[in-house]
Order: sequence, then structure tokens, then C-alpha cells
Amino acid sequence: MANLVLKNVKKSFGSVNVIKGVDLEIKSGEFMVFVGPSGCGKSTLLRLIAGLEDITSGTLSFDGQVVNALAPSRRGIAMVFQSYALYPHMTVYENMAFGMQLSGGSKDDIKTRVEKAAALLQITPYLERLPKQLSGGQRQRVAIGRAIVRDPKVFLFDEPLSNLDAALRVATRLEIAKLHHSMNSVTMVYVTHDQVEAMTLADRICVLRDGLVEQVGTPLELYENPTNIFVAGFIGSPKMNFLEGKFAESYKAHTIGVRSEHMEFVKKGGWQGSVIHAEKMGSDTYSFVDVGSAEPIIIRETGTSRHDVNAKVSVAPMDGKVHRFAADGKAI
Amino acid sequence: MAATQVLSKDTSVPMKNELLAGRTRAAMIFLLPMMLALAIVAGWPLLRSIWFSFTDASLVHLYEAKFVGFKNYLNWIDLPSGKRVYTGVLVDKGWWNAVWNTLRFGTVSVVLETIFGLAVALVLNAEFKGRGIVRAAILVPWAIPTVVSAKMWAWMLNDQLGIVNDMLQRLGIITEKIAWAADANYSMAAVLMVDIWKTTPFMALLILAGLQMVPKDVYEAAEIDGVHPVKVFFKVTLPLIKPALMVAVIFRLMDAMRIFDLIYVLTPNSSQTKTMSVISRENLFDFDKFAYGSAESTLLFVFLLIMVTAYIKFAKVNLDGSTQ
Ligand SMILES: Nc1ncnc2c1ncn2[C@@H]1O[C@H](COP(=O)(O)OP(=O)(O)OP(=O)(O)O)[C@@H](O)[C@H]1O
Ligand SMILES: [Mg+2]
Repeated sequence: MANLVLKNVKKSFGSVNVIKGVDLEIKSGEFMVFVGPSGCGKSTLLRLIAGLEDITSGTLSFDGQVVNALAPSRRGIAMVFQSYALYPHMTVYENMAFGMQLSGGSKDDIKTRVEKAAALLQITPYLERLPKQLSGGQRQRVAIGRAIVRDPKVFLFDEPLSNLDAALRVATRLEIAKLHHSMNSVTMVYVTHDQVEAMTLADRICVLRDGLVEQVGTPLELYENPTNIFVAGFIGSPKMNFLEGKFAESYKAHTIGVRSEHMEFVKKGGWQGSVIHAEKMGSDTYSFVDVGSAEPIIIRETGTSRHDVNAKVSVAPMDGKVHRFAADGKAI
Repeated sequence: MAATQVLSKDTSVPMKNELLAGRTRAAMIFLLPMMLALAIVAGWPLLRSIWFSFTDASLVHLYEAKFVGFKNYLNWIDLPSGKRVYTGVLVDKGWWNAVWNTLRFGTVSVVLETIFGLAVALVLNAEFKGRGIVRAAILVPWAIPTVVSAKMWAWMLNDQLGIVNDMLQRLGIITEKIAWAADANYSMAAVLMVDIWKTTPFMALLILAGLQMVPKDVYEAAEIDGVHPVKVFFKVTLPLIKPALMVAVIFRLMDAMRIFDLIYVLTPNSSQTKTMSVISRENLFDFDKFAYGSAESTLLFVFLLIMVTAYIKFAKVNLDGSTQ
């Protein structure tokens, strides 16, 4: 249980400013996800919270206590690394018990805690194996198990699923979600660049770009009310359709954005164009329609499409589903 | 059923064999030049000196050498008085003195070089400005030919003109000049010091290569686990670099047991530092006891062989490149 507050936190490596002033509150028991494009500073921010990097300026506090100078081990955190970071020469059991053994836990206590965590993550059969004798998914679960055993107040995850294949990623995502529910007093901070992971796991999402926070909010807030073009384009799949020029003028905006699920084919009016490609997913069809804008408009229909490639069509946004943005990218 | 069995025999087995045969052939082709070179420069001289050790060869009568059996190793004469006198390398006090010198030198130098090398490697593994230059600079002692550096040290350690005595005297550490290389009390220490000075960089670089294989995130995990740095070293770093360390030690051990050039130049004729290589060379060329010297070098070879085999067996060194 811990409430994290970052006040104007900055980090520079030499002359390179990586985190350029982040203000953020992560509430106790919350699942906070950092998303953003590669290189925007997500990992760095997480490592600042962990204490693996020094904060250049600003303050970080846990439950009101400034921890800038506190060693990682004394912050009550546990971290799961993208690369697992297991001790290669120790068995799964030893990996999970190592930290506790040295902090002087009793042998029985350590054993019960390791076994409980192993059972939770279904790695009991592998306790005597070395990490190299495990698959990627199993290793990742050991890494999570090692974190659980520490009984932390704050869980930190740095892209824990990025080395797993698609099916395993979905399964492990579920494990992490279940973990969050079962340990509902534990604060979790999770880094990913996969917005589906962010949407499915998060209580709140923090979108980062270039060392700055773009927007913080629940997944639905970000989806429904993005405060700027960047967030609008980053959250949601496929990417939001953006139109400029004459398309935007009638809405009195520099740019307008409409999600593919908020576009529809209309009998008359709307924007004329032709279908240039259709992606048929079975449950949905994504039609790409060229209406003369910079990029084709993507339109989602449920089921299979009634529009053939090259067909002349009219498309229009649904009422009230148009996002308007000013020239500086801010939502109007 | 029978048909499929025949079929599988006909197709899969020969295919596998063909693959294997191809690989073996390629391996042979690549290995052959090296084997040939080794046979010429190492195998042949080795066999020759083993052969000479069983003859009565002398430098001038190399080609008329006759087989005499184990006489160079151990022989006895029954004196008319009825007393039996043993001769040969195995009862030679000078030889056994050299064996002990070698063992002493080898053990002390390898232990100290490993410890210092480890320390230097740990420092070089840390990130700091100018690390590349320091890494290159530290290799300088290793890069200088031993004969050159031994001569250089011989001058520096000289009792009358040497800079070492001069400095120690100015600092008030010693009052009398010391003949470091010539004085029986100090000659072994002098040899050890120069060898450690020279070889620590080599150990450091081998260990550094092992250290760089340790993933950085493991240290970060340990930091979060709150493991004390000293514990991290013994529980994480050391086990992970152990394979590299073991290989480095075996290289050094073999080298140290054969030591010749440094001692030959720095402390010639000192019974305190005379090693197996030095004494066998002395017999081979200085005293014209070619067969006797050959017997000594053969014993040195056998000694090294046993030592290395035992080391590989007991220390479980993996020379095939895998880590565990
Ligand atoms: N130790 C370092 N020294 C110098 N620059 C660094 C260091 N660590 C990170 N950076 C820089 O900081 C920026 C942010 O890095 P960071 O690892 O936080 O990105 P990220 O958002 O996690 O990206 P990704 O999604 O690719 O993991 C990058 O431009 C990177 O080059
Ligand atoms: Mg990252």
C-alpha cells in the first residue's frame, strides 16, 4: 500500500534531458500504466521510481515521505524486468528465496512464501530447475514470483510481456490482471508500448511523449476525450482517422479525428470516395476509403462488408463522434 | 509394415551418416594444418627429448647416443665396501630443490595474480571516463618481452645503482642497500614481484572478459533484493565468472610451472629461485649432461601433464566453452 507522488521530476544523462518535468500522482492500490512510443522515457521513469537511477531534480515521495535518496531495497518495491533478470546459476527456488535469505527470514517462513507464490503462478514443478531449463513464459512467471515473494508495497513492471509470443502474452496478461485483483492493496506501475495491454490492464494510463506527460486518465477517458492529437492517435486500434483542410474547415477546426468505429457508409451526403482495400477479420471488416484526404479513411463494420473494392461510396462520421483539434494539436 | 521399415532404413540412416561424414571431413580439413604444425614444432621435439632421456647422449655425441634405460632417472653402483650408491635425477638434491622452488613460485604467483587480477578486472569493469585508455595501458607490462622487462627490473633492483634501493633509502624505509636479486633472502620475492607485475594484466583481461558476460540486469535485481555488494560479489559475480576464472588459472598455472626466462635473466645461478626449466637447461647445455637434462625436462612434462589433468578433473573446468 503506497501512494506515489512525483513532483516536477527531471532526469538527464549528461547533457541529454530524458525526463523533462513529470508531475504525477499514483494512488494507493492503483494499476498505473505508462505508455508511449519507443525512447520516450517510460523505462527511465520506472527506474527513477525504483531507485535504480538518481533523480536529477524534483521529488519522488512514497506516502508523503521523500525517497529520492533511499536505496531501492528500502522503498518496498519489487521489479519485474523485460529480460527477466533471473540469477542464471540459481534454481527457481533459490532465485525466489535469495533476497529473503539475506534479509534474515526464517527458513520455514521463506519456504512457505516461495511455495505459495509458486502455486499461485503454477511454477511449483519447476522449483528445482535452472532458469535456462525453462521457457520464456515460465521464466517470466518466475520473475513475477520473485517479485511477489518480496511482498512489496509497489510492483514495477518494465514491458514484462514483450519477449513472449502472442498467445502467451494474452495468457500472462490475464495472470497479471488476476494478480492485481488478488493483491488489491498493492500499487502497480506497468510500462508497455502496447496500447492494448495498457487499455486492458490499467486503472489509469499515463501517456508519455518525449519525456513529458501528455495525458493521464482512465482508459475510457483517454479513448473518449483525448486532450490532444498525440493521445488521440496513440490510443485505440486501428489508429484514429485524421483529416485536415477542407474536411476540417466545416467543423471549424485545424484537424478533425474520427475513430474507425465511428465512421459509417451513408446513402447520400458525406464524403465521396472509393474503397481501395478491405481487411476482412471475420468478426469485423476494415475498409480503406480514399476520399482525397492525406491518408485513406478506415471504416469498421461488424461482420463482413457489403462494399467491394473499387466501389464508389459515401462515408460520414457519426453524430457527435468527431474530435476537433486546433493547429497546436490541442483538443477544442 | 516390413516395406516401411526397409524404406526408413534405406532413406533416413544413410542421410544422417552422410551429414555426419561431411561434418567430420570438414573438421578434419580445418584441423589438419594445425595438427601438422603442432606435430612438427611440439610433438617431434617432445618425443626426441623423451628419447634422449633414455640414452647417454651428450652435446657433442648427440647422434651416437645409445639406449641406457632408466639410468638417467635412477641408477645405483655397488661399492666394493658393500655400500650401494644411488644416482640419477630422482635422487638429485638439486633437482628436488628446483621442484620445490617451482611449486612455491607457481602457487604464490598464481594465487596473488588471480586475486590482483580479479581486483583490477572489477575496477576496469566499472564505468568511468578514460576506461579504454586505462585498459590498454594496463596491458603494457604484459606486452614487453620478458627478457627486456627482466633486464629492466634487474637494473632497477641492482644493489649499488638501482632506483629501488635509492627510493627506499630516501623514504627511510631501509638503511642498508639490499641486493634484491642476489641476496638469498630476497631473490624469490624479487622474482615473484616482477612476475606479478608482468602477469596480473593478463589475468585481469581474461577475468574482465568473464565479467562482461554477466548481464547488468542481474546486478539491478540484486540491488532491488537489497543484497549487500560484498554478498553480490560472492553469491552472484563469482559463481558467474567461475568458468572464465578457472580457465584463466589453468593457463597461468601451466605458464608459471614452466617459468624460465625471467629467472634466467633476473637471478641467474641462485639456488633459491632455480626452477625445473632452469635446472634442466643448465644440464642440457652448460654442463654437457644432455641426457640428464632431457630426463629432467621429461619429468617436468609429466609433472605438468598430471597437474593439468588433475586440475581439470577436480576443478570441473569446462574447456568446451559451455558455462555450466
Ligand atoms: N544510461 C543512459 N545513458 C544515456 N541515455 C540514456 C540512458 N538510458 C536511456 N537513455 C536515453 O533515454 C531515452 C529514454 O530511454 P528509455 O529507455 O526510458 O525509453 P523507453 O520509453 O523505455 O523506450 P522503449 O519502449 O524502447 O523501451 C532514450 O532516448 C535513451 O537513449
Ligand atoms: Mg523501455
